[in-house]
Amino acid sequence: MRQLLLENINVPGINTLEGYRTHGGYKALEKALQLKPEEIVADVQKSGLRGRGGAGFPTGMKWSFIAKPPGVPRHMVCNADESEPGTFKDRFLMQHKPHILIEGMIISSYALGANVSYIYIRGEMMFQFHILQKAIDEAYAAGLLGKNILGSGFDLDLYVHCGAGAYICGEETALIESLEGKRGNPRIKPPFPAVSGVWGRPTVVNNVETISAVVPVINMGGEEYAKIGIGKSTGTKLISACGHINRPGVYEIELGLPVEEFIYSENYCGGIRGGKKLKAVVAGGSSVPVLPAELILKTAKGEPRLMSYESLSDGGFVTGTMLGSGGFIVMDETTSIVKNLFNFTRFYHHESCGQCSPCREGTGWMEKILHKILDGRGKTTDIDLLWDIQGKIEGKTICPLGEAAAWPVAAAIRHFRAEFEEYVNHPEKIKNVNYINS
Amino acid sequence: MPEFSPEALELVKRIIKRYPEGKQKSAILPVLHLAQAEFQGWLSPVVMDYVASLLNILPIEVYEVASFYSMYNLKPVGKCVIEVCRTGPCWLLGAEDVVKHIEKKLGIKDGETTKDGMFTLKTVECLAACGSAPIMQIGETYHEKLSLEKVDSILNDHKTNTNTHISHWDKKHIKSEAGKEPQATKE
Repeated sequence: MRQLLLENINVPGINTLEGYRTHGGYKALEKALQLKPEEIVADVQKSGLRGRGGAGFPTGMKWSFIAKPPGVPRHMVCNADESEPGTFKDRFLMQHKPHILIEGMIISSYALGANVSYIYIRGEMMFQFHILQKAIDEAYAAGLLGKNILGSGFDLDLYVHCGAGAYICGEETALIESLEGKRGNPRIKPPFPAVSGVWGRPTVVNNVETISAVVPVINMGGEEYAKIGIGKSTGTKLISACGHINRPGVYEIELGLPVEEFIYSENYCGGIRGGKKLKAVVAGGSSVPVLPAELILKTAKGEPRLMSYESLSDGGFVTGTMLGSGGFIVMDETTSIVKNLFNFTRFYHHESCGQCSPCREGTGWMEKILHKILDGRGKTTDIDLLWDIQGKIEGKTICPLGEAAAWPVAAAIRHFRAEFEEYVNHPEKIKNVNYINS
Repeated sequence: MPEFSPEALELVKRIIKRYPEGKQKSAILPVLHLAQAEFQGWLSPVVMDYVASLLNILPIEVYEVASFYSMYNLKPVGKCVIEVCRTGPCWLLGAEDVVKHIEKKLGIKDGETTKDGMFTLKTVECLAACGSAPIMQIGETYHEKLSLEKVDSILNDHKTNTNTHISHWDKKHIKSEAGKEPQATKE
């Protein structure tokens, strides 16, 4: 198991500057400051590193889009608003190894020419907020932040900014609005943040894991990093595994690991709790389509499914899903897909910012219909209505929360329609659904 | 007009300096957290007006933000706000049982406060600790891998040891942050 981000995570003191430096920390920064900013961007492009927050957009390409109008400050913003249900990797990394994020932030800011950068962390993570603040204070005291970093002439101020409970602020333009002190309503793109972001200035927003991964990319060089993984899924990825498994937790995997090995190996999830059978997996956070056991373990063509951007999406949404944020939710045979879907749909209804009608109204309708079915009052036409509504949200909203709400509904009906029909035709059986595992 | 403690006022000044000149509105989210810590865990209209005056913005700009984000309480809360995660992964592992248990034990429903003003129960969405589900948050602390016995012991502990409001932004941090040397200057 190759560990680039979680390396030495269990070493006592790795959360301090001294401990981090003793184990090779800030070597990448020293190397980066000897390079020209555009050389770093080129190296990140060569590495094939893709956004680890969920979208999987090539990081180097995103960086290359940043506008450089003369006299206008640019900003680097870290998205630490980790809120996708099933995802808890960023919180884990920041808590145990805060300096890798800070080192990544300094390198990224240098590469983009930003002199003031922000880490936008969830308000709920106040504990990690203070850990980051302490690490930043240490970095200032050691001359790694502030004026003339390590004698390079590069200046950087880094601040942690806390949110206050809003899933939508993980969407980059909503995050920018929130950083400006407003409600988290996503902006219409274009203009993209790279041209007009926070306070109208060119801005790059990257996920915690993405920024941290810049450190090993610089350390080993983009070409070497690109050799890890499989095809266009280069490098390692943090997977946060939860649900009905024996060993929940955060695992760093080399992209391309077979899903079956990830679920059943003692090195990872350690199999299904209580020796039960696997029913379904949501592989990349609650927004991605749920897949039944047979399709998560093997593609429709019968090939082993791999933990990579391409393999997980093989077959499109008909038989595939997405790697997403790496929030890997495992459900055993006792799970009610309909109840789980109700829970997710309630989440999206609660978190919709209310700006676009299809999402604001549609998520509420879907929640109500699912509630009706679970209450034993559902009709077959309700299943069709759900299908209809999700199709009328997808692609019709400013931001991807619409898709995030629609996809789980579509996938649940696509793969588990029989379960919905069972509930509608035999409402008395709903009471017997053993949803909560004891 | 309510007023922050000197430490909190000092911290507000430091927070405003994190943003460019004239962009002090950006400080609104952290300052509202401070306000909850300073004023019994919730934001009354008077407190929101005070925050608006501190940031030199209109009261409506504070109201619209305070009503958008779920961590801000717009009505009085107990000294100890129990925030139980109710989203998918926690629900798979028994969050519903935890909520029902607390409701029964305290004799309140989700969103309500006990008569003695000690506890408020609030279900919240995913807290990003799904690997140790089910979980709940009190102040800045996450209580993970909950069993009903563990919930009992946490609540009993708070009942005997909680004298003032527990806030997300712990008061010990307000004091230490405000007392720090100024950081480097910016643009």
